[in-house]
Amino acid sequence: MLNQSTASTHTGDAERIDVEAVNSQEARELYKKRTPIYPKIPSGRYRKLKWIMMAGMLAIYYITPWIRWDRGVDRPNQAAMIDFEHRRFYFFFIELWPQEIYFVTGLLILAALALFLFTALFGRVWCGYACPQTIWTDLFIHVERWIEGDRNARMRLDRAPPSLSKAAKKVTKHAIWLFIAVATGGAWVFYFGDAPTLLTEILTGKASVTIYLFVGILTFTTYALAGTMREQVCTYMCPWPRIQAAMMDHESLSVTYRKDRGEPRGAHKKDAIWEGRGDCIDCRQCIAVCPQGIDIRDGMQLECINCALCIDACDFVMAKVDRPLGLIGYNSELQSAQRAANQPFRLHIFRPRIILYSALILAISSFMVHQMVHRATLSIEVVRDRNPPFVRLADGSIRNSYAVKVLNKTYEPKIMEVTLEGLPIFTLSAFGEANRGARTIIVHATADSVTTTRIGLLAPPEALRTAPRKVTFVARDQVTQFEAKRPAAFVSGE
Amino acid sequence: MMDHDNREKDAITNQSTTGHEWDGITELDTPLPRWWLYIFYACIAIAVVYWVLMPSWPLLNGYTKGVLGHSDRREVVTELNTLHSARAGDFERLQSVSFDAAIADPQLRQFGFAAGETAFNDNCRTCHGAGGGGVRGYPSLADNVWLWGGAPDDIEKTIRVGIRSSHPETRMSQMPAFGRDQLLTPSEIGNLTEYVLSISAAQKRIAPNLKAANAAAPIFLLQCASCHGVTGAGDRTTGAPSLQDDIWLYGDTRADIRQQIELGRAGVMPSWQSRFDPGTIRALAIYVYALGGGEKTPPPVAPANANEPTSAAPMPSDPGAKKTY
Repeated sequence: MLNQSTASTHTGDAERIDVEAVNSQEARELYKKRTPIYPKIPSGRYRKLKWIMMAGMLAIYYITPWIRWDRGVDRPNQAAMIDFEHRRFYFFFIELWPQEIYFVTGLLILAALALFLFTALFGRVWCGYACPQTIWTDLFIHVERWIEGDRNARMRLDRAPPSLSKAAKKVTKHAIWLFIAVATGGAWVFYFGDAPTLLTEILTGKASVTIYLFVGILTFTTYALAGTMREQVCTYMCPWPRIQAAMMDHESLSVTYRKDRGEPRGAHKKDAIWEGRGDCIDCRQCIAVCPQGIDIRDGMQLECINCALCIDACDFVMAKVDRPLGLIGYNSELQSAQRAANQPFRLHIFRPRIILYSALILAISSFMVHQMVHRATLSIEVVRDRNPPFVRLADGSIRNSYAVKVLNKTYEPKIMEVTLEGLPIFTLSAFGEANRGARTIIVHATADSVTTTRIGLLAPPEALRTAPRKVTFVARDQVTQFEAKRPAAFVSGE
Repeated sequence: MMDHDNREKDAITNQSTTGHEWDGITELDTPLPRWWLYIFYACIAIAVVYWVLMPSWPLLNGYTKGVLGHSDRREVVTELNTLHSARAGDFERLQSVSFDAAIADPQLRQFGFAAGETAFNDNCRTCHGAGGGGVRGYPSLADNVWLWGGAPDDIEKTIRVGIRSSHPETRMSQMPAFGRDQLLTPSEIGNLTEYVLSISAAQKRIAPNLKAANAAAPIFLLQCASCHGVTGAGDRTTGAPSLQDDIWLYGDTRADIRQQIELGRAGVMPSWQSRFDPGTIRALAIYVYALGGGEKTPPPVAPANANEPTSAAPMPSDPGAKKTY
């Protein structure tokens, strides 16, 4: 670290870096070209945590579509797949039909509530550790560092006049970025089809235009967002920094510079006394490592993604100058205020919003589990023909026509008896013939699909005056006697 | 971006001005945000690429065709041709088997219903109404009253040759205008109306004047029975409707029935043979049959046992299909 500094001066024990918080509110201007940020790599426990998180998140993203799950012959054996063509959503042992989209809605609501809960407790941990923008930007910065070197080397390279080695480095970097971008876009489409088949098709040029289009779009967005736009996405494009303020309270943790301990800041000569001054030696390491280009010492700000890298940088320096660690660390607003006022600090976990979010998560998830466990694998839908509303037959009886749909979500064909609840004088008729009245229509419900049958419902003339306006169709599994019911209107013009 | 110029700067915002001044008021020369400019440039670039690739500029006699040679009209034609060739096999199969076999085959039945529904909605619905419900003067195809027969073969023939159409084999029947042409006196027509009411199921709604009806009995035998039958049961070979049920093509009130005897109205159904290929006519017949009023080719002799289950043949298992009948 000591030998790299053309743009650094020593301030006693730690190197002082000549760096500006170029993305802070004051330094930013919409009309100005983006000032490049050259984040330096710190080492420490948060950097380690971010490595682990990155590896985990990328592994989930890339490996999930390749997990196999046996569902029997002729059925997709991919554990997680959204099959738009056949309108099925597979997730391990769960298979959802489009009618059950509310489970996905429920999952999204749960995800949102979990985000609220985590934000209320720990601040912007989503931004700092789990957001794809953070992870891919981090990955791209590491590639950049790998090819071009750390902060100072990168700055030197960008200032250097054009040369072959400079061009080689830049081309290599962009090539690797593009490769990662293609792999990112490529992995996305695997969630929408059989991954091994799709991979072969993509590589041999046999995949559909839509597949290539999506890979192309996602390649472009990955390259642009993680490679060239980076902190601008968080600062300008993302709504979450704007919303999160409403999710946090005075006891939510966030990465904070401890003003009470740090100020007044200033350079510190080795062996000089610490009395009458703050612990911050103004080495600007926290700014140098910041991927967002801000100064954490300016306080809580929208641009800060709470990635905690400045904590690592500061702790390293504090250890070096032999001062206590944690000048920058996770603190809550209340904690900072109490500390400044010399009051003892007590953390309250059970705050109203924490209880509210937890209760909502518990209620919604248990409701969803209940629904999932009790969801019917056989059900019927009845759609009445609206036009004509009813038909008068020669003998004066009235017929209403219905499309009766038997939803068979099992993998075996079912023989269903469709009949009417009560009303023994009413009869049913299948395809075509009005005068072949019966009480029961046999429907052969094909496995894993909807079987639609046109059924006519006949009310004899003598039943019309007392005919109900609502009738109930019953579909009974001939083997298990399981019954699915569905009410439908009956119109006779009486 | 504006750093290079040495134009006058505004003292408060430190922004350069346009240099113009009106009564002491100057205008700030605020640049556009960079993100906006980039998108603007990208749009221009995309537009230029589009001009080259796609049809774009109108000329005096035509337009620039574009390198890709794209044409929406041609694409529609190609799509239609693909569709026709994809369906050709099903249409062929539909024509090669009997109606009973087609209806028994779930896949063929579904295809016939769907193809027939499309053709019906485009061509027949105007008169016969949605779902074949019928309106005054245009018979319902959903009830079980058939002027010319409700078996699929009969329906197909009616569609093919039409009724009172220009087709040489057209189905043809004529009801005299007893009033307009002064074949009967108004009082005879009045009595005949009561007679028709007295033999029909409409008498449950409208009480006929039995004395008048009796007076008209000889007139009915003389004038009407030759077509409608002695009992008024009608005759499908001549297309004479039954007068025994309570289904009336030109209205079901006493005045409506009287008016029909006076005017003897009759509609025209065109022959569709020249308009549709035989496959579509078959599909239409299946659709109309499926509307619910159809009959077996030889009508069932014994009434079906109401407790005996009627089997609906298994349906095809394409979960993507919107409708399977």
